[in-house]
Amino acid sequence: MSDAKAQSRGPQDRPMSPHLQVWRWHVTMATSILHRATGMALYVGALVVAGWVVALASGPEAFDAYRALLGSPLGLVVLFGLTVSFLYHLANGVRHLVWDFGKGFEPKTADMTGWAAIAFGVVASVLIWIIAFLGMGAGQ
Amino acid sequence: MTSYRTPLGRARNTGSAKHGVGHFIVLRVSSIALAPLGLWALYSSLALSRTGFDGALVWLHAPLNAVLSILLAVATAVHMRIGMVEVVEDYIHKASTKAVLLVLNYFVCVLACVAAVFCILKIALIGAAV
Repeated sequence: MSDAKAQSRGPQDRPMSPHLQVWRWHVTMATSILHRATGMALYVGALVVAGWVVALASGPEAFDAYRALLGSPLGLVVLFGLTVSFLYHLANGVRHLVWDFGKGFEPKTADMTGWAAIAFGVVASVLIWIIAFLGMGAGQ
Repeated sequence: MTSYRTPLGRARNTGSAKHGVGHFIVLRVSSIALAPLGLWALYSSLALSRTGFDGALVWLHAPLNAVLSILLAVATAVHMRIGMVEVVEDYIHKASTKAVLLVLNYFVCVLACVAAVFCILKIALIGAAV
């Protein structure tokens, strides 16, 4: 009986703070999570770029090896992901700076700018990579 | 009454450390620098993707490219360090793991920054290696 009482008053019966999985997904929540995720991706990306400079300073053999690594299918996928991450993080960073001035918090505005940041990250990346591949064909 | 803190709270030394705003401001100031620097780097990478070793050397030998590259390295290191600190502090709750990750983060950022700046200066001032 004391067990039943402990159970009924135990932590399980208390109202819990809603966890991630019970929230309806909405765009401002997604943009917040994406900002962190792309930030972590760009952390690695910054190390990739630093590695490029180190390879360049190490001489032609190291540089060509690093360039081949970046130009491999996996390397290109990573670089495209980093392009999307950077452009999204940039656009969403501008949102954050605007919020710091106390503007743009209205739900409709925040939703709209959130979708705009995601769209900018994807569309601008695709355009830049199209330009990169066209230029590569024309340049050589 | 000038303070709403309880005597116990004061004795336990809980509450604000009064220096959190420093991170907040540095993260934002570095982001303002990184917006144009990052776009410049992306633009430059389009041209650099077409050149080999010699072309990349010539590019980084140019004073403007060298200076902007160093600024990019420093601003990135500052920004990424604080960003990672925020993530570690939010998700890692075990004190020892958190301390190790924070120190590791600091070392990685400083090492990457110093290595990048050194290599940029070497190419800009001396030229090609070996």
